[in-house]
Amino acid sequence: MDKLTGAQLVIRSLEYMGVSTVFGLPGGAILPAYDPIYDSPVRHILARHEQGAGHMAEGYAQSTGELGVVIATSGPGATNLVTPLMNALMDSTPLLAITGQVASTAIGNDAFQEAFTTGITMPATKHNYLVTSAAEIPQVLLEAKHIATTGRPGPVLVDIPKDILNEESDWIEPKIVEMPGYKPTTIPNPKSISEAAKLIKEAKKPVLYVGGGVINSKSNKELFTLATSTKIPVVTTLMGRGAFPDGHELSLGMPGMHGNYSSTTSLQKSDLLIAIGVRFDDRVTANPEYFAQNAKVIHADIDPAEIGKVREPQVPIVGDAKSVIVALTEELSGIECDTEDWLKEINSWQEKYPLQYKQDEDGPLKVPYVLDQIQKLVEKDTIVVSGVGQHQMWISLYWKFTKPNTWLNSGGAGTMGYALPAALGAKMAFPDKLVLALDGDGCFQMTCQELITATTENIPIKIAVFNNGNHGMVRQWQKLFYNNRFSATELTHHTPDYIKLAESMGAAGYRITKPKEIEGNFMEALAINDKPVLIEFVVDPDEMVFPMVPAGGNNNNVILSEESYGLDHD
Amino acid sequence: MTERILSVLVEDKPGVLARVSSTIARRGFNIKSLSVGPTSVEGRSKMTIVTDASAVEQVKKQLNKLINVIKIVEFNPDATLETEVMLIKVSTTKETQTPVIEKATLSNARSVDVGTSSAIFEITGTATELDKFQELMKPYGIIDMVRGGRVAMQGIQS
Repeated sequence: MDKLTGAQLVIRSLEYMGVSTVFGLPGGAILPAYDPIYDSPVRHILARHEQGAGHMAEGYAQSTGELGVVIATSGPGATNLVTPLMNALMDSTPLLAITGQVASTAIGNDAFQEAFTTGITMPATKHNYLVTSAAEIPQVLLEAKHIATTGRPGPVLVDIPKDILNEESDWIEPKIVEMPGYKPTTIPNPKSISEAAKLIKEAKKPVLYVGGGVINSKSNKELFTLATSTKIPVVTTLMGRGAFPDGHELSLGMPGMHGNYSSTTSLQKSDLLIAIGVRFDDRVTANPEYFAQNAKVIHADIDPAEIGKVREPQVPIVGDAKSVIVALTEELSGIECDTEDWLKEINSWQEKYPLQYKQDEDGPLKVPYVLDQIQKLVEKDTIVVSGVGQHQMWISLYWKFTKPNTWLNSGGAGTMGYALPAALGAKMAFPDKLVLALDGDGCFQMTCQELITATTENIPIKIAVFNNGNHGMVRQWQKLFYNNRFSATELTHHTPDYIKLAESMGAAGYRITKPKEIEGNFMEALAINDKPVLIEFVVDPDEMVFPMVPAGGNNNNVILSEESYGLDHD
Repeated sequence: MTERILSVLVEDKPGVLARVSSTIARRGFNIKSLSVGPTSVEGRSKMTIVTDASAVEQVKKQLNKLINVIKIVEFNPDATLETEVMLIKVSTTKETQTPVIEKATLSNARSVDVGTSSAIFEITGTATELDKFQELMKPYGIIDMVRGGRVAMQGIQS
């Protein structure tokens, strides 16, 4: 067989691994790899910024549970990827980043567009590689995919110098050889499972506290069986929304800083937390000293480093969520926990402290109201993609998620600007599904240039921008903790003109300011499928997200509303 | 503070030391000593890391996440053979040369280079023994000093 260049080997490897879509942006050092893309069945989506390309690949990966791939050039191309890489690391998203590097002979000479990419991305990736010969490219890329998609998923970067991309080599069939330092434990220790089952049988107030690990291991069905057969209520973290269907009597929703009262309080009053695929994040626990003080803890995670990092469990279990849930269900063999009183107690909180907002007929619009309305107009399996801030919390509180992988957001990293590009990635994976980005105006302005990508690549997403003219969450904190001193949070409602901006980028634009305008306009927007659509909701800048527990606070003291701020609810 | 000694077997690849030290820095772990060298197996290096007992579980777990880290062994503090090497250059005069060399000899240090105004000694021993020798030489004036980092091996269990 003829020899191939390193660049051809890269693209051939992507085809070999079954990659159908890549997101990226060319440049000098990666240029050789863009020539074979021209003839390849792999679809390349040309982003307007590498950060956008990275989030697109993340959206693709979060919606499918499969590998997302992003390509960028050296130097600034690679450094622009740092945010998506860190984001993918925090949220355990399988991502493969391929970056060009200056020629290996020039490395270290401060060459044009040279950056120490493997050094810069070392703490932002699960692993990274600097390729030193064309022959190793297929093997390195397959290993990178293997590392990114197994164990606790995460981003892997492969940096390839330009001369290596031009070097010729035979295609050497890659294979996953045993990596001596990488052997994730997926099957839990049976002894831990029986210890956990023993605690579950004894518990009076158990709670299943589940997160992204359940979604990553595709074990929502198994979780449903475990929860419903044992009658144990389920708390889903921000990353775990959709792992258990909202609306089910055992579903308590999101806990924590902006969690609903019943969810947060169920953890606080619990005598046993069955924590699966969660990491006791500070947004869930607040001050860990006061977190679930009466609870014993069973903590199952595929990453041993998460166990005992924040809270020392009585029963540690290393394993992937699916294997753990299946093993627990078998061990409990249909035993129903006596949770009747416990569920009644939780139910009384749900009745006493429901989510609440007030919407005047003439506006201004409140985001929770808008969410309630548009939820009625879309299919249940709509993929909802969020930015970061107030709107994100409201969506997590008010949207009824019933399926996994239908809620994409930047949880651990809190990356503003995630929604629009991530929605593009999800729409590439699910062209026949409605992909709805629900974004804040502050977030939207960070990556809005990717609307051009949506238009030119013909990816008809819908994006709702909640325009409150402010960095709403920061403003909320300024209101609560900084004596209404609104330093650097005002963006204005009027600039940019979102409709003109959308139209100038080839998208359709709608503006909605009053409750009665929602249904008609939104339905009209939904009907457009030959271009992206932006729907601007002009919303009340003074609306705040409640419930709330201030950072580092005590989860026993949930603030339920603006009026009750400062009051202690036991 | 109580300390723990970890023996970390790693792949001998470029950047592995950077990965290990970056992980340690990123997680805010306090490291008292780190040394690295080849093993008897090609392609494998071994690091000896001395850390606080309080952080040792997380240090082990975080380092284990690194793809190039193959195996981590935490030594039993009661049955560990430990040694370190130090080169120390001490200022000497006509009057002090003899007492300096005498003290060094009594401390099991070896004189490796002796001149008219200074002498260089090599000493191996535990970290405490090296500290003691350093204190002993201090009054004469330490011109330069280098320590190789602590290395350790689990003792033979009887």
